[in-house]
Amino acid sequence: MSIDHDQVAKIAELARLNIEPAQMDQYAENLSSILDLVDQLQAADTDGIDPLANPLDAVQRLRPDQVTETNQREHFQKNAPSADKGLFLVPKVIE
Amino acid sequence: MHNKTLAELAQGLQSGEFSSVELTSHYLDRIKSLDEKTNAFITVTEEHALAQAKQADQLRADGKAGALSGIPIAHKDIFCTEGVKTSCGSKMLDNFIAPYESTVTQKCNESGLIMLGKTNMDEFAMGSSNESSFYGACHNPWDLDKIPGGSSGGSAAAVAARLAPIATGTDTGGSIRQPASMCNITGLKPTYGRVSRWGMIAFASSLDQAGPMAQTAEDAAMLLNVMAGLDLKDSTSMDQPVQDYTADLNNGLEGLRIGLPKEYFAEGLNGSVKAVIEASIKELEKQGAIIKEISLSTTNLSVPAYYVIAPAEASANLSRFDGVRYGYRCEDPQNLEDLYKRSRGEGFGDEVKRRIMIGAYALSAGYYDAYYKKAQQVRRLIKNDFANAFNEVDVIAGPTAPTTAFKMGEKTSDPVTMYLEDIFTISVNLAGLPAITVPAGFADGMPTGLQLIGNYFQEAKLLNIGHKYQQATDWHKKTPEQFA
Repeated sequence: MSIDHDQVAKIAELARLNIEPAQMDQYAENLSSILDLVDQLQAADTDGIDPLANPLDAVQRLRPDQVTETNQREHFQKNAPSADKGLFLVPKVIE
Repeated sequence: MHNKTLAELAQGLQSGEFSSVELTSHYLDRIKSLDEKTNAFITVTEEHALAQAKQADQLRADGKAGALSGIPIAHKDIFCTEGVKTSCGSKMLDNFIAPYESTVTQKCNESGLIMLGKTNMDEFAMGSSNESSFYGACHNPWDLDKIPGGSSGGSAAAVAARLAPIATGTDTGGSIRQPASMCNITGLKPTYGRVSRWGMIAFASSLDQAGPMAQTAEDAAMLLNVMAGLDLKDSTSMDQPVQDYTADLNNGLEGLRIGLPKEYFAEGLNGSVKAVIEASIKELEKQGAIIKEISLSTTNLSVPAYYVIAPAEASANLSRFDGVRYGYRCEDPQNLEDLYKRSRGEGFGDEVKRRIMIGAYALSAGYYDAYYKKAQQVRRLIKNDFANAFNEVDVIAGPTAPTTAFKMGEKTSDPVTMYLEDIFTISVNLAGLPAITVPAGFADGMPTGLQLIGNYFQEAKLLNIGHKYQQATDWHKKTPEQFA
């Protein structure tokens, strides 16, 4: 399946990725060849086959709804670019 | 000292032949003088290592040392290590000092292992050649112009060059086994859920699995003893009893049924690699194993299925890197969308961006059934294929990779050619099975690995076969000349 510039731009938009215009050709070519590879799946007969999401067919383990973690807010915020009064400070993005 | 196995190092520490500080300093000196050749390490934690080593020596003096206390280890830079940079090979996390310790590294610390540093890897573990690291490519110690394999190439190169006696790795589509094979070391990918994924930066959550990388199967067993077990912090961790993986190492192989999938020896397999693998299987036959040809007819579907499922999960996992709370942030964002797009566009490398886009595409409206659901159905066919095979045989054997390590840059322009390097390893991850690779000989001067695939939670059997093979051969003892 061939992917053109417009489709690369649309996928990049969905993925919230900035792609430089100069790289569009390369991405279009690479993504097309990956989709050609992936299209080989269509040859498989999967009628009546249940999708497999967990290799062990395991289901999510649950635990009692109790707080087990201690509050380490300060510790975890130490690595933030900027934090104040227990809050992450982020660039102003809403006018 | 650096050519000793884990068992020999433990013995040396126990008998007082050398202290942990001496041993650790020896490896740190080797890293200082030799790592510029391999670029196996992203971060070397010298001070931290020496402090841990002093502590280990003190514990030994007090009679409180465990079996592995005081032995150095290198950790793949995908494991969060508290207070130490955890980059995952990416510019995105170049400034990330993990505020917590992964369960795997925590267990290693508790057993007294000494962390030498964090090893190089393909960015976010996406790659088969270790060329996509933000910190530059890692080089194969057997030929510095060639790749070490990926994505745990730094760990493989570190053990192969004897810059560390053992290392941790992770395997999403072959990332422990393929570099181990290309660097002449032993690597084990455990059953999905056998080792905790907590604190391991996620790539594809239903495929990722951590495991040991070592010189020998015996060493890998000793390290797996430390790593394995249920972890309540990881909801995909399995509640299965952990055995002593060293207990069955010496079992005989008489009557063991080994299946050779005809699809693993077909077109696409390098002729010299094929000859090495056939010779290694003869050795197992000599020890009493019964060889049987089998078929894994879904083999060719594994790479296409993987390149839907892994990117789909990656696109979700990597959505957390948005430039807001931590990690790389672009300069002067104009608005929220610009902040997301430019932080991600500038922070991620090409291979990561390609995979995120493939994942976003496969999950997008209109394509979900054709790609994602179809791939998950094929995944069940792959699992069923293995289940049928294990009705006939105890283990499955074949090559780990279709070629030996290739020249740097040779496959970077064509991602699909690169993806096919993992054709023999990927289906194991899709099915969640355990598999080991052991050094099996040299093809055209480069190392080649024999892969053994087992049924669920049969790690001990794989380690047993690997150990018996290594007792009869000396491929695993060979070291690259300039790192001898």
